[in-house]
Amino acid sequence: MRQRIQIPMPVRYLINGALVVLLFLLGQFLIANNIISSYFQKILLQVGIYIIAAVSLNVATGYLGQLPLGHAGFMAVGGYTAGIFMKSIPLTGLPAFVLAIILAGIVAGIFGVIIGIPALRLKGDYLAIITLGFGEIIRVVLLNIDSVLGFKFTGGAAGLMGIPKYTSFPVVFICVAVTCLFIHTMMKSRHGRAILAIRENEIAAEACGIHTTYYKTMAFVASAFFAGVSGALFASYLGLLVPGDFGFMKSIEILVMVVLGGMGSMLGSVLAATVLTIVPFALQSISQTVADYRMVIYSVLLIVVMIFKPSGLLGTYDFSLTRIIEGLINRAGIHDGVARKGEKSK
Amino acid sequence: MKRNHLLSLVLSAALCAGMLAGCNSGMPSSSTGSSGAAGGSQAASGDTIKVGILAPLTGDAAQYGIAASNAAKLYFDQLNAAGGVNGKSIEYILLDEKGQAADAVVAYNNLLEQGVTAIVGDVTTAPTIAVAVESASANIPMITGSATAAAVTVDPDTNAVRSNVFRSCFIDPFQGEKMASFSKEKLGAKTAAILFNSNIDYSIGLKDAFIAKAGEIGLEIVATESYADTDVDFKGQLTNINAKAPDVLFCPDYYQKVALIAPQAKEVGLTATFVGGDGWDGAIEAINDTAMIEGAYYCSGFSADDTSEAVQKFLSDYKAAYNSDPNMFAATTYDAAAILADAIKSAEDAGLTAGSDDYKAAVISAVSKTDKDYVTGHFTFDANNDPVKDAVIIKITDGKYTFDCKF
Amino acid sequence: MLLLSQIINGLQLGSIYALVALGYSMVYGIIMLLNFAHGDIIMVGGYVAMLTIAAGVHPLLAVVLAILACMALGVVIDKVAYAPLRSSPRISLLITAIGVSFLLENLAQNIWGANARPFPNSAIIQGSALHIGDVQIGITAIVTIVVSVLSMVVLTFLVQKTKRGKAMRAVSEDMGTAQLMGINVNNTITFTFAVGSALAGIGSILYCCTYPQVSPTMGSMLGLKAFVAAVLGGIGSIPGAMIGGFAIGMAEVLVRAVGLSDWTDGVVFAILIVVLLFRPTGLMGRPMTEKV
Repeated sequence: MRQRIQIPMPVRYLINGALVVLLFLLGQFLIANNIISSYFQKILLQVGIYIIAAVSLNVATGYLGQLPLGHAGFMAVGGYTAGIFMKSIPLTGLPAFVLAIILAGIVAGIFGVIIGIPALRLKGDYLAIITLGFGEIIRVVLLNIDSVLGFKFTGGAAGLMGIPKYTSFPVVFICVAVTCLFIHTMMKSRHGRAILAIRENEIAAEACGIHTTYYKTMAFVASAFFAGVSGALFASYLGLLVPGDFGFMKSIEILVMVVLGGMGSMLGSVLAATVLTIVPFALQSISQTVADYRMVIYSVLLIVVMIFKPSGLLGTYDFSLTRIIEGLINRAGIHDGVARKGEKSK
Repeated sequence: MKRNHLLSLVLSAALCAGMLAGCNSGMPSSSTGSSGAAGGSQAASGDTIKVGILAPLTGDAAQYGIAASNAAKLYFDQLNAAGGVNGKSIEYILLDEKGQAADAVVAYNNLLEQGVTAIVGDVTTAPTIAVAVESASANIPMITGSATAAAVTVDPDTNAVRSNVFRSCFIDPFQGEKMASFSKEKLGAKTAAILFNSNIDYSIGLKDAFIAKAGEIGLEIVATESYADTDVDFKGQLTNINAKAPDVLFCPDYYQKVALIAPQAKEVGLTATFVGGDGWDGAIEAINDTAMIEGAYYCSGFSADDTSEAVQKFLSDYKAAYNSDPNMFAATTYDAAAILADAIKSAEDAGLTAGSDDYKAAVISAVSKTDKDYVTGHFTFDANNDPVKDAVIIKITDGKYTFDCKF
Repeated sequence: MLLLSQIINGLQLGSIYALVALGYSMVYGIIMLLNFAHGDIIMVGGYVAMLTIAAGVHPLLAVVLAILACMALGVVIDKVAYAPLRSSPRISLLITAIGVSFLLENLAQNIWGANARPFPNSAIIQGSALHIGDVQIGITAIVTIVVSVLSMVVLTFLVQKTKRGKAMRAVSEDMGTAQLMGINVNNTITFTFAVGSALAGIGSILYCCTYPQVSPTMGSMLGLKAFVAAVLGGIGSIPGAMIGGFAIGMAEVLVRAVGLSDWTDGVVFAILIVVLLFRPTGLMGRPMTEKV
C-alpha cells in the first residue's frame, strides 16, 4: 500500500512562485509587443485594483463574517494619503510610489484600528451601520476639511489633482501577488484559524480561549490596510481623486464582488472582481441596452445568490494548483496499478 | 499553498479576460455618418476622419451626457450630409463613461486605440480633467461643451494651460463675476445673500467669484450659507438668510436643487430676487409651480428666444432629430463640435495626414485661432483656452425663459 | 423669533424622519432585519403619486393609491426576498436587503430616468401660511406635523390595544413561543410589513409635498437618516422611533441654523456612532443579552 503522494512545502512554494513569475513575464511580454493595447492595459489595471479591494474586503466579510459597509472609505483614506504624500515630497518615480503605497496602507490600517475597536464591539447589522456611518463621515471630512484647515489639503469638492501617475502593470501585478500571498498565509496561520473560529461561533471561540476582540481587530485592520493599498493604486492610476468616487455605492460594488464570488473564497473574490470589472466594458461594445441594465442585473444576482446559494457562487472553495498536481500524480499511481487500493490518506 | 495558485489563477483569468475582451473591441458602438465610411479600417485614413465623443450616457449625469452627445452627433450628421470635410466624412465614435473618471480614462484609451484624431467632451468636470491629464501625452485636441471648472483647461498646481483642451462654455468664475455686476448695476441691489452647494466645485467656483466681485463693486454680502449635495431641506439656512432681508439671493447650483430651494424660500417668507448661474437652465421643467421662481435671473451661454437664424435652425433641427428641446449644454456642445470640425478642415486644407502629430497640432492651433459666429455667439479663445463671448441674461417671466439682455 | 421658526423647521423634518423610522423599527423588532429597502419603498410611493396625478387621477385618490402601492411592495419584498431566508444567517438577510434596495433604485432609474422630476405638491396640500407674530408657518409644515402625530397615535393604538398588535408584540418578543401559543407568525410578519410600508407611504407623500421632487435615489439618504433616528430612539421601540425622529430632525436644523450646514450629515452619523458606542440599545430600547 503506497501512501498518497504529497508535495513537500518548499516545492509547493516553488511551483506557485514559478507560476506567478511566469504570468508576470507573460503579461509583460504581451504588453511589450502591443498584444495587450493601452486600452486593455487600463482595464487590466482596474481589474488589479478591484481584486485587491475585493480580496481585502473578503477578509472582513468572508473570513471574519462581519459586514462592513465602509470599505470605499478605507480606499479613500489610502488614495488621499498616497496622493498628498506624492505631491508633497521631493522624491519622484517608483521609490516615491512604493513609499506612498506602503504609507497609504499604514494610514488606512490606523483608521481601521480607530474604527474597528469601537465598531467591533457591535455585531451584525449594527456593525454594518456604524461602518457605513464612518464611510460617510470620511467622505464629508474629505469634502470640508480644507475650509477648516484654511489651506489646500484634500482639494475639497474639486478633488485632489495632479497626482503623479505611476500605476503600471508590474506595480499592480506585484501588489496583487503580495496581497493574495499575505492574506493567504495569514489565513493559514493560527491567527487565521482563530479568525475563522470567530466566524463560526464567536461565543464558542471565546470559550476556547481566543481573544476575540484582538483577532477581530486584526482581521479588520488587515482588510483596511489592503483597501488603502488599492486606493493608492487607484489614485495614481487616475491622477485625480474626488470624494464622490468613494461613496456608499462603491462600497456596495465591492461587496457585490465578494458576495457573488463566495464569502470566504479568495478565488471567488478574484474571479468576481475580474469579471465584474471587465463585463461593463465588454457589454458596452455589444449592446448599450444591456449595459444600461447592468446594475439591475447585479442586484437581482445578489438577491438570487443569497436565496439559493447564500455562501456565494464558489462558497469557500479555493483553487490550489498543488492539490491538482497531487491529484493527477495520485491518479496516475492508481493506473500504474501500484496502489490499486491506495487508501485515502486524510 | 493554495495561495499562489490562487493568485496565479487570478492573474491568468485577468489576462485572458483582457484578451477576450480585446477580441470584441472591433465592434464598439461607433456610428458613421450617412455617407462614406465603407472601409472601417483601424487606421485613421481613407475617406473618414475619426472623432471621439465622450459622455455619461448612464448614471447620475446621464441627462447632461445624453443631451450633449445628441447635439454633437446632430452636428456631425448634418456635416456629413452636407458633404463632410473636404469630401471626407466624419466618423464619430460615442463612448459612455458612466460619469466616472476611471471609466472616462479607459474610454479615452479605447478611442485612442481606434485612431480618433480629436475628441468632443467630456461632459462633467472630474472625468473631463482626468481625460485632459491623460490626453496631454498624445496631444489630442479636445473641446468640452459643459465642463465649467477652471481646472479643466489650466492645471491649478502649476498654472500651466493644458494646451490641447478647450471649452465652449463659460468658466465658473466668469459667471459669478457677471452675476455680481448684474445684480448691482441692473437690479440695483445693495445687499446680497448666497446659498451655495459646498459639495460641488461648480457652485463653490461661482460663489467665490461672486463674493470677490461684490467686494470690488460695493455690493454688500449679508449672508453666506451652504448645504451638502445630499440635502433637501434648506429651511434652516433660508430662515437665517431671511432674517437679513437681502435684496438678491445668489443661488449657484443646478436646476434640481433650485427647484427644491425656491419653494422653501417662499415658505419661510423670503422675497429676495433669485439670481443664478447657467445651471439654472431647466429649472422651469424641474419645478412644479413656476411662480416660485418667477422673476429670477440667471446667466446663460444661449437663449432659445434668440431670433437669429442659426439659433432657430439649431432648435428645430434638434427637436426634429430627438423630439425634445435642447438645453444649454446641448447648444454649447453643438458649437464645440462645429469649432472642432472647422479646425479639422483647416488641418485637412494643409494636406496633413489625419491622426498624425502634425495634424493634431494643426487642429489645436486652428481651434485657438477661432474667430467666428456659432449658435451660442461669436467665439474667440483667450490664452487659457476659454471662450471670450457675452453672457446672456435670462429672466423667468410668466413661467417661461425670456431673453433679458446681453451683459 | 428666529429660534421659533427653526424649531418648527426641525419639527417638520423630524416628523417625516419619525414616520420612516417607525417602519424600520417595526420590521427590525419583528424579524431582526435592517430593511435597507425601506427608503426605496418611499421613493416608489413618490413616483406612484406623481404619475397617477399626472394621469389625471384625483389627488386624494392618488395619495391612497400610493400608500396602497407601498404596502403591496413591502409585502411582496418580504414574501419574495426575505421569507425564504428566515432561518439563514443574519448576514445573508442583510445582503439581500441591500440587494433589494439596489434593485429598486436601479429599476427606477431605468424606467423613469435618473433626473429628478417635479412633484405636484400643490395639488395635494393647499392653503396659505399661518402667521403668528413675525413667524410664518407654512401650511405644509402644519399638515406634515399633524398627519405624522395622528399616524403615530393610530399606530400606538393598533399595537397596544388590538389583537393584531398583541400578536406583533408577542412575535417580536419570541417568535418560537408565539408560534406555540397559536399565533400565525407568517401572517403577523406580513401584517407588520404592510403597516410599516403604509407608514412609509404616508411619509413619502409628506416628504414629497415638503420637498416637491422625486428621483430614484431620494430614498437612500432619507432611509439612512431615519435608520439613525430609529437606532437613537432604540430600535424596536415605537415611542423610541418617534423621539429619535424628532431629535434627528431637530439636530439637523439646529446644526444648519448655527452655520455648520456642511457638517450636517457628519453630525447625524456621529450621533449614530456615539449612541452605538455608549448606549447601543438607544434611548428607549430594552437591553438584549445573548444566549448561547
